[in-house]
Amino acid sequence: MPNKKIIEGLQAEFNDALEVSNDGSYDILTIEKGQLHALCENLKKDGFNYLANLTAVDYEDRFEVVYHIHSVPENRKIAVKTIIDYGNPEVSTVIDIWRTADWQEREVYDLLGIKFAGHPNLIRILLPYDYEAHPLRKDFKLK
Amino acid sequence: MDILENLFLIISKFIVDWLQSIGLPLIWADFILLVIKFACIAGIVTINILILIWLERKVSGFIQERLGPNRLGPFGVFQTIADAIKLLTKEDIIPSATDKFIFRTAPIVFIVISLMLYMVIPFGDGMQIVDLNIGVFYFLSVASLATIAILMAGWGSNNKWSLLGAMRSVAQMITYEVPLAFSLIGIIMIAGSLRMSDIIAAQSNVWFILLQPVAFITYFIAATAELNRGPFDMPEAEQELTAGAYTEYTGMRWALFFLAEYTNLFAVSAIAATMFFGGWQGPFLPSWLWLPIKAYLIMMIFFWIKWTFPRIRMDHLMSFSWKVLIPVSLANIVLTGCGIHLFKWMGWW
Amino acid sequence: MLQTENITVNIGPQHPSTHGGLHVEAIFNGEIIVDSTVHLGYVHRSVEKIAETRTYPQFVPYTSRLDYLASQLPTLAYCQAVEKMIGAEIPERAEYIRVIMAELSRIASHMLAIGSIAIDLGATTGLIYTFRDRERIMDMFEMTSGQRLITSYMRIGGISDDLPPEFFPAVNSFIEDIPKMIKEYEDLLVGNEIMQARLKGVGVISAEDAINYGVSGPNLRATGVAYDIRKAEPYGIYDRFDFDIPTRKNGDSWDRFILRIEEIKESSEIIDQALKDLPQGEIMGKVRRVIRPEAGKEVYHRIESAKGELGFYIVSDGSDKPYRLHVRAPSFINLMILPQISKGEKLQDIIANIATLDPVLGECDR
Repeated sequence: MPNKKIIEGLQAEFNDALEVSNDGSYDILTIEKGQLHALCENLKKDGFNYLANLTAVDYEDRFEVVYHIHSVPENRKIAVKTIIDYGNPEVSTVIDIWRTADWQEREVYDLLGIKFAGHPNLIRILLPYDYEAHPLRKDFKLK
Repeated sequence: MDILENLFLIISKFIVDWLQSIGLPLIWADFILLVIKFACIAGIVTINILILIWLERKVSGFIQERLGPNRLGPFGVFQTIADAIKLLTKEDIIPSATDKFIFRTAPIVFIVISLMLYMVIPFGDGMQIVDLNIGVFYFLSVASLATIAILMAGWGSNNKWSLLGAMRSVAQMITYEVPLAFSLIGIIMIAGSLRMSDIIAAQSNVWFILLQPVAFITYFIAATAELNRGPFDMPEAEQELTAGAYTEYTGMRWALFFLAEYTNLFAVSAIAATMFFGGWQGPFLPSWLWLPIKAYLIMMIFFWIKWTFPRIRMDHLMSFSWKVLIPVSLANIVLTGCGIHLFKWMGWW
Repeated sequence: MLQTENITVNIGPQHPSTHGGLHVEAIFNGEIIVDSTVHLGYVHRSVEKIAETRTYPQFVPYTSRLDYLASQLPTLAYCQAVEKMIGAEIPERAEYIRVIMAELSRIASHMLAIGSIAIDLGATTGLIYTFRDRERIMDMFEMTSGQRLITSYMRIGGISDDLPPEFFPAVNSFIEDIPKMIKEYEDLLVGNEIMQARLKGVGVISAEDAINYGVSGPNLRATGVAYDIRKAEPYGIYDRFDFDIPTRKNGDSWDRFILRIEEIKESSEIIDQALKDLPQGEIMGKVRRVIRPEAGKEVYHRIESAKGELGFYIVSDGSDKPYRLHVRAPSFINLMILPQISKGEKLQDIIANIATLDPVLGECDR
């Protein structure tokens, strides 16, 4: 598979910070939070020019931010994950690499309360601007 | 036949005679007759609009493979009446932030101006309220006044969409007033008069549409813009400006704008019939039937265009007038002048 | 001293041409757009949170309500995502019927897009013509699912009902009539000079910008990138069909408009092939009534919806409800580029841009 070489190169560069797995459809690169931006820059250089999906999952003790990245039109795909701790959910933005991250990061911030450091306009997007809670968190009480 | 032809003249003569017979001086009798004429115009206009709105809805239904109004009365002819009653009984809402005086007067100004156009329309042989010696000039200047009403409505509404609509209306009016006037100059040159009856008389042999086809096309396009009808319905532009200058109007005030637009539509079509299609002249039928027939046929073209074309963009609209219509209508004037000179020189005039 | 002033105008959320609850705050210098901001959320129903409280089959009807103009497509994406998680086998007949339904949905959505472009430019008749034709698709949906708009026809493992006998003459005559319909749109809209003047060179997206902004679907293909998930990463049985990916060059509103007409032709060809090959057999695979994907399993499944790349990201914790469900909505991401492409254009152009980007707000706000 064409991803193999890229992943080997990345492993050499990021060493322990990078963990590689596969879920049968995507090669998943789990990266340390601090190295995320550097990894994404590398991926963009390798032709992954299309950030299809950016979202996050609340695992109650940690958040996982997930990036599904494709290359258009050659059609290669890869997933990137980063784990951030619950107390201080913050991760660097990738808006400078893929503009499409703009609204998707705002949405994650809006619904899960994860802050994206360096995002130029990190405000709510779907919920009212003065809303206080982050409803997709597991501790959000449904009334 | 003769009685039918002169029906209205006989009626008016009868009224004047009767008024004089009960001892009124002639001037008072004439004055009362004028008042009756005005009342008739108002009545004709209202009935005409009821038919027009119904007809436009039917025509648009035909174009769009729909039925159009079909519930109230045969072929839904009473639909407009029901709509009018609904509009009359609606709550009259004046938003609090409006300039109330201007907001209230704008629809009245609009309808009055459009009624004023009817003063010079020759409805039949000798059936003109006032046969001004500057009839064409009167028509052009009064027609351009309508923009003031739209500007009043847009400014008085204190709404950004309304203001944008009003500004568009003013720009459009300034742009299209010029080709509208220019397109009629060729006719005035041939007829040698600004008087409507003279222009009709000059067409007894040949209609001016045959002598001035280019002028008719420029007149028609400019008139569409003057009427704010699609594809030039800039001030209203419901898909862009919600309802433009009329956004804040409800009920009867809004209906007055609506009525005025249809009033204008008939007036402009009647003038087109007068200037290019021989006015009330025609065989078999009485003269006062010929003008409405011609005007309605012209209006059909207005309907057809409105329900087929998308709206043109504002800057394209302006450049079309300045770069195409005005040069073309100017060239038409020059050509007409040369033609007249040539004809005189050849001794055919 | 006379002064000019920029005015801020709110286009929407109550506005005739914002396709639902879209709110664009635009700053105008006269009629020229200086800047604009998109505000969303007027139709937000927190579908993703609802998903966490519903079992997998219970969530199917909610997906229909995402893109209500092509309601078979989000349902298809969701069902396939869950099937991927549990490894379900889908009967052949169900796969073919899914393709037929998905492509009919796409045609319906594109027809509505063409019609709404027409009416947003002021050509009312164009809308009525496309609605007249779309109505026949709605009738076919009613025959099969009992619902016209929000069909909820697909199920995890198959489809809910087999095709009734009266469906076949209806779909065959519809496919036969498509060239006639397109001819009519071309006569009325495509050949119209005002239409061309309004759309050509308006809202230009370059191919690089489109990819960078994550624009997908017809809007991406209008920029010249031949990227269609049906070809690039075939899902279901799409690899069995022979069809082209129409592309355009300029990426302006005109290209986005024309491309949708061309895609209708391609979709009708897929339906034609699917109808010819349609096998007999079961319509529901063997799927357990209570679906419990194994814990920790996650899947990102994407399909080519009428609006672009529609993806479902589902995480399971081993229970019968999704632990987390995320919808990658194409309308949402396509709209992001709107302020960028509208800058410096006229008021009337931003209306055309919204119409040709073809967002559906139910999906955008979720």
